[in-house]
Amino acid sequence: MTRNYLIGFALAAALGAGQAQADELTGTLKNIKDTGAITLGYRDSSIPFSYLDDNQKPIGYAMDICYKIVDAVKKELKLDKLEVKLTPVTSATRIPLMANGTVDLECGSTTNNAEREKQVWFTNTHFLTASRYVFKKSSGLKSIDDLKGKTVVSTAGTTNIKQLTEANVERKLGANIIPAKDHAEAFLMVETDRAVAFVMDDILLASLVAGSKSPDDYVISKDAFSTPEPYGIMLRKDDKPFKKVVDAATAALYTSGEGKKIYDKWFTQKIPPKGLNLNVPMGPELAHEFAKPSDSPDPASYK
Amino acid sequence: MIGNFDFDVIRRALPYLFFEGMRFTLTLTALSAFGGLVFGTLIAMMRLSGYRLLARVAGLYVDFIRSLPLVLVIFWFYFLVPYIGQWLTGASRPISVGAFASSLITFIAFESAYFSEIMRAGIQSISRGQPAAANALGLTYGQTMRYVVLPQAFRNMLPVLLTQTIVLFQDTSLVYVLSITDFLGAASKVAQRDGRLVEMYLFAALVYFVISSIASIGVRRLQARISIVR
Amino acid sequence: MGTGTYLDLLLAGLVVTVEVSLLAWIIALVTGSVVGVMRTLPSRTASAIGFAYVEFFRNMPLLVQLFLWFFVLPELLPKSAGLWLKQMPNAPFWTAAIGIGLFMSARVAVQLQAGIGSLPRGQKLAATALGLTTVQTYRYVLLPMAFRIILPPLTSEFLNTIKNSAVAITIGLLELTGEARSMQEFSFQVFEAFTAATVLYLLLNFVVVTAMRFLERRVAIPGYISGK
Repeated sequence: MTRNYLIGFALAAALGAGQAQADELTGTLKNIKDTGAITLGYRDSSIPFSYLDDNQKPIGYAMDICYKIVDAVKKELKLDKLEVKLTPVTSATRIPLMANGTVDLECGSTTNNAEREKQVWFTNTHFLTASRYVFKKSSGLKSIDDLKGKTVVSTAGTTNIKQLTEANVERKLGANIIPAKDHAEAFLMVETDRAVAFVMDDILLASLVAGSKSPDDYVISKDAFSTPEPYGIMLRKDDKPFKKVVDAATAALYTSGEGKKIYDKWFTQKIPPKGLNLNVPMGPELAHEFAKPSDSPDPASYK
Repeated sequence: MIGNFDFDVIRRALPYLFFEGMRFTLTLTALSAFGGLVFGTLIAMMRLSGYRLLARVAGLYVDFIRSLPLVLVIFWFYFLVPYIGQWLTGASRPISVGAFASSLITFIAFESAYFSEIMRAGIQSISRGQPAAANALGLTYGQTMRYVVLPQAFRNMLPVLLTQTIVLFQDTSLVYVLSITDFLGAASKVAQRDGRLVEMYLFAALVYFVISSIASIGVRRLQARISIVR
Repeated sequence: MGTGTYLDLLLAGLVVTVEVSLLAWIIALVTGSVVGVMRTLPSRTASAIGFAYVEFFRNMPLLVQLFLWFFVLPELLPKSAGLWLKQMPNAPFWTAAIGIGLFMSARVAVQLQAGIGSLPRGQKLAATALGLTTVQTYRYVLLPMAFRIILPPLTSEFLNTIKNSAVAITIGLLELTGEARSMQEFSFQVFEAFTAATVLYLLLNFVVVTAMRFLERRVAIPGYISGK
């Protein structure tokens, strides 16, 4: 290992001396320049942030933002061509895959919180959402306390399943918590009566319900497990130059009004594959954040 | 119930299921079987070599891998391979490894432990006189293995190797846990998107069943032929 | 996080792994024995049914079989029965035990068939000559011998059952691998979580192998290679 490092060092030194570059590239930016490719992590079923359309291509609000970031990176590195590779991630795999270099940007619905900031970094917030649960009207649940002793599903690797586990202990619910691989699988558990409720960010629940076979059968709870928390595009920790480029790109996007346009495209108009309209106009908190972009993990700072 | 059965869902999804999903599954199966056989043979030779240390290392590797569930190994490698790449190349950051490459490395590492046990049995099935005779003829160790022992071991073990490959073909479905689009992954994505899981999962089961059945009938025929020749 | 330490979680997962594996193994042994015996019976029909059973469970990935039991079966049943099945407490646990049990039963059947087949024909003939019925022949002569002969391969099939129980995380069972996965989500310590799970699997493996060695020695048949 040490020997390899030494060789690497010597090579780097030799190369570095040879090409007198204006600014030394490091980390992700250097890797993108060297390989001519950037890898985006996408989700299967985080509608409308990042999901598969009818041709199984990833699309969505967060994907659009990521492509804008890719454009900015391309410009920054003065590349003629930048190949975009797409890798599927799940809630459970996204953080390890970011840390181990498999993906460069995670374009989805990842909650930015202080605990995660110890592992990964986030760029400016692109959405705010609270953790709630969806259930079938027929099951007649009213509050979180009605989940007592019931089977409840959530997606493995999310902040939601963590909040649910904690609430389960604090409120002595004794609920049986099942982790699912992704949101579609979790929703399927409620749809097929495997579980009575699915705990998730309310926006994702709303899209899953809207896209389901019979949207009228489902209700989203008033009770929330958390206050609205910020979503951010995830990037590798301790990569300041890359974060600078990404932050600048998203800030420019959000403040220019183009961000609002992309938002409206996904939240107030018909979206593929089924042409449903989520009808969630931008709230004042997010509008305020778009005017003054922030990457703060603290929910209180968005009030 | 059959009245509700929507065959059209399957028909519309066919190109995606086969050109993306099944292609991934079959490529992964074929390359893993090949890689597993090559490394498995090497491990078997290490175990049977006179060198204590080599034999011990190979034996530990095989026992270790065979003690672990494939699902755990898949998780391990998916997260670990980039770091191994970094370590091997001495790069300053983990090497980005795609889903396919990562699965391939996982399955080769995993299957080589199983293939090595088969090849070890195959090599041991060759009578001692043969390598001794080869040695007497002046063949080196490498030549003896290459021209005398391994071809026969491979031939004798072919049915078992192929059966293991059928098991491998079925095991590749476990990449589902990483959301990779293999055949089952493709089927489940369509199932979840269209809310048609009964149709898609039954269809997936049928496809796996037909392919595995045909393959195992083929293996049985082959076995019958080989045993007559012997 | 208020639900006990991480080690507690992992140990809870280990307990689930052991429970589900033992239950699955019992199912596999019982049904596998019946099917294995059927395949050796003179009756053509019994043999054909046994053959079909083995082929059915051997030619589909375990993961697909679990999906069939978990997601598809309840939909094919009448609504009330399906609903009952789905809302059973601990549904992933029972589905996993039965699904893995049936999957492994095909393998047990194959081993047993081979074990019975390896017995000298004279044993069966002698039993018949003594006036034993078919049931008695199997009960007192063939099965006791066959099971002792196939004990080593059965040991490795039991180890396979333990390993296969990890597949049940796909239907939401929080066994050892599942707990390791969720632990790495909460603490982000990917390598620590998986290392701990790996060590526990190795230990489990070691315990089973040691116990089975002991059993093998106890029941070894004198005169056979494994015997004294």
